[in-house]
Amino acid sequence: MSRRTFLRDHHGERYSFQLRLLVAITIVLVGFGVLLSRFVFLQVLQYDKYHTLAESNRISLVPIPPSRGIISDRNGVVLAHNFSAYTLEITPSKLDGTLNDTVEGLAALVDITAKDRRRFKKLLDESKDFESLPIKTRLSDEEVARFAANAYRFPGVEIKARLFRHYPMGESASHLIGYIGRINDQDLKTLAEEERLGEYKGTDHMGKFGLEQSYESELHGKTGYEQVEVDSGSRAIRSLHRSSPIAGDNLTLTIDIQLQQVIEQAFGEHKGALVAIDPTNGGILAMVSRPGFDPNLFVDGIDPVSWRELNESAARPLNNRAIQGTYPPGSTFKPFMALAALETGKRRPSDAFLDPGFFTLGNHRWRDDKVGGHGYVDLVKSIVVSCDTYYYRLANDMGIDLISGFMGPLGLGHKTGVDLPNEKDGILPSQAWKRRYFKRKDQQRWLAGDTISIGIGQGYNSFTIMQLAQATSTLVNDGVQFRPHLVRFIENSVTSERREVEPQPRQRLPYKSENIEVIKRAMVETNRAGTGAPAFSGAPYTSGGKTGTAQVYNLKGGKYNSHSIRADLRDHALFIAFAPADKPKIALAMIVENGGFGGKAAAPIARTAFDYYLQGKRPVQAVTKLESSPAEEAEPVDGEDANLNEAGHHHVD
Amino acid sequence: MWIKRLAQRIAQPIDPWLLLFSLLLICVSLATIYSASNESVAKVTSKLVSVGVALVAMWLVANLKPQKLMALAPPIYLVGLVLLVGVALFGDITNGARRWLDIGVARIQPSELMKLAVPMMLAWYFERHEANLRFKHFGVAALLIALPMALVLKQPDLGTALLIAAAGFYALFFAGLPWRVMAGMLVVFLCSLPVVWSHMHEYQRQRVMTLIDPMTDPLGKGYHTIQGMIAIGSGGVMGKGWLSGTQTHLDFIPERTTDFIFAVYSEEFGMLGNCILLILFLCVIGRGLIIANNASSVFGRLLAGALTLSFFTYAMVNMGMVSGILPVVGVPLPLVSYGGTAMLSILIGFGMLMAIQRDRKLMKN
Repeated sequence: MSRRTFLRDHHGERYSFQLRLLVAITIVLVGFGVLLSRFVFLQVLQYDKYHTLAESNRISLVPIPPSRGIISDRNGVVLAHNFSAYTLEITPSKLDGTLNDTVEGLAALVDITAKDRRRFKKLLDESKDFESLPIKTRLSDEEVARFAANAYRFPGVEIKARLFRHYPMGESASHLIGYIGRINDQDLKTLAEEERLGEYKGTDHMGKFGLEQSYESELHGKTGYEQVEVDSGSRAIRSLHRSSPIAGDNLTLTIDIQLQQVIEQAFGEHKGALVAIDPTNGGILAMVSRPGFDPNLFVDGIDPVSWRELNESAARPLNNRAIQGTYPPGSTFKPFMALAALETGKRRPSDAFLDPGFFTLGNHRWRDDKVGGHGYVDLVKSIVVSCDTYYYRLANDMGIDLISGFMGPLGLGHKTGVDLPNEKDGILPSQAWKRRYFKRKDQQRWLAGDTISIGIGQGYNSFTIMQLAQATSTLVNDGVQFRPHLVRFIENSVTSERREVEPQPRQRLPYKSENIEVIKRAMVETNRAGTGAPAFSGAPYTSGGKTGTAQVYNLKGGKYNSHSIRADLRDHALFIAFAPADKPKIALAMIVENGGFGGKAAAPIARTAFDYYLQGKRPVQAVTKLESSPAEEAEPVDGEDANLNEAGHHHVD
Repeated sequence: MWIKRLAQRIAQPIDPWLLLFSLLLICVSLATIYSASNESVAKVTSKLVSVGVALVAMWLVANLKPQKLMALAPPIYLVGLVLLVGVALFGDITNGARRWLDIGVARIQPSELMKLAVPMMLAWYFERHEANLRFKHFGVAALLIALPMALVLKQPDLGTALLIAAAGFYALFFAGLPWRVMAGMLVVFLCSLPVVWSHMHEYQRQRVMTLIDPMTDPLGKGYHTIQGMIAIGSGGVMGKGWLSGTQTHLDFIPERTTDFIFAVYSEEFGMLGNCILLILFLCVIGRGLIIANNASSVFGRLLAGALTLSFFTYAMVNMGMVSGILPVVGVPLPLVSYGGTAMLSILIGFGMLMAIQRDRKLMKN
């Protein structure tokens, strides 16, 4: 019986399967039938239409590039805009004679400089034969007329009207604005991968640096097109359909370009970086990296000589020091250490001890630079006089992982997420970090001694100025942290609708307000009577600050003497500050590379910035001009920190 | 003589019909690639090499017994799943999607493997529960499809996810998924469309619109379709002749050796050529379905049926997209488009069909 059922089932199933095979065959036939009727439609019924399109007249789609969004500062000052100009362009594959003859012939009509030729040669190397390449940009009306009269002699050479990008501020704010450059093969590949090639038909530039790069998709706009009927000589006969391009969105920055320029001037010839943030919303008011460069050089394709100058200069002007340079924070780390001590309960504000001028652990002795010490030191005094010994002890009591666990959420040693490309992480050392970082087993173990110099911001620590500015701004804003950002809002070019970039705080760090108050009080005291006082004497507002010095060169126990040290090995001067003290409107972090002591080289620049931002006061020339050699200064009375321990390794990026 | 014996040994697992139709399609492919690549011998040679490799792979698979294929189904499926998870975790990003997995020796695309592994797995599963097939088994089978599909969707690769789902669905269909369930699925799908649409963002709708109507993005994806239609239409009944397609040789057709190769073929060989191509595809599909019908086991039937209908789907979707009746998704024309991986997986599939067919021949003997 069971056999019967099986057989019946078997046949039933067999039948059902064959029925389904029939259905499948039907579907296949119907599908191919649809295809066949489509072919009949295209190839028989509409044959004439498509034949005409393909043979005698062709429909050509002419892309119309959109105009790029405009970038302006918080007060509406234009930082990047477009203007229309004529360019003389050569399509190498369409030339009759040699390229050289053509260029020589053109040189008789329009002024072609040696720089133009070099630039053109570079473009030629980077592009394909059938691309139209500019030999000369921004022709005068007279040149246009002269060429037009002779155009018949130059097949393959055309005059085109194009939109050019211009950066009216030149070197100023160049690192944050960035620049656009010609789209190269690598860019094309990326665009193809992102399926955005269609958007770039007819466009030959795109953002390559700074905000121009990070907001490329907003600034670019939407390419329009015109469907034109062309004859066999590909001359346009008539326009069939036109869809207009949509201009890119405009960016309004949080930057105050006047403040930016005041600070840039204050830096003078010094290398360095400064980031000033509005602590109440994370908007970056100024972001300086010195030296700068002229972004206008890049727009038409930079010529090789200028490129070499910029790229190979020892001062690395193309490097955005504010987000790509990582530095040991030096003593600017102390306020954050002090806050960590209070928050973790390792210290109370009133805890004081007698500073002997050094700290001993095992066989090592870490010295304070003030021989004999600072006497009785409590937490506030430790910041005001920048007492190293206090922080050696504190770091030892806390241990590295408690320190890094506190500093991590503050954003130190992690990208801040600022809206610029290529931001660096820096290093926030911890036991886990050391295991990852070193390959050799014997180097991987965290030594108790490693922790000590971390306490005063030396050792493995390495942060960007942007991170320090963010941490300072978070500290003075009672732990409410915003992502630092440069763009205040993006404005739609058609609807004028504004989109705020960062309206909400990123996180609220649960610090006790009385602890924050102690730190702020100590920093105010630093600017009133401590290491920051000389720079801030007579200021009509109260400010807080902390100076710092980061070693470039390991002294191996010797005494720091700026006279005997090469200029590029001198210490970096750092400073963090905020003002006004009761309701901070501006917080900043800065470094003057090889500037020496923070109180002397860096703090005056911060003063200049605050004076301008809070008081509208422009610096007199004498104030902005820094001494070129801080070496002439006497050592500060209260002892800036120079970490002279034997075990110190200092990494300066 | 040993040569004769060798020839017999080589011919023994081969299904002559399937091989013949495949070779004819490959000839079409070589001729069209030669024309589309502006008469590049190098391109044709490189295609020939991948054809050679794929044919050897097909022969090796054809030698396996279906029982062996069946035993391999679950491990292959599991390996495929693990690789897909690997892609999700460590995959390389190309074209904005995570599809490739670097396994040291080579970069592999596990989703391609899944196109074969899913029908194999389902065929295996239904073979095991042949005697007491319940509704719940279809549920489990659906899960077996949904798992890899979700992983591929995550990459994100909607096109491949749908093709994998289609291959799995064909196996369900041949296994006897009740008609009313299929009708129900269709109704649910149609009803959900307006709901999904109303929940989509503006830019998502824009993308869907471009998918449906290429004219809304004439500079981007729509450009391909428009130029493809001009090429096909201007080919007329007789075609412009081999190597004489103007659309092709004036650079109007993008991706003309890969996804849009059909436009080149159609321009040069016309409607007549299209009919020949459709007939060749029909012959392959017909042969595949006959093999499914002849198969001695549930596993063989389901696998052969699902593989054959998958083949049909690729051909249909590709020709439909080039001629402008289906949205542009990256599906190559099976056996004809340039591209080694797709060719390899199709011919391995044919190897499985041959293995199923040979098994039945053996049983008869």
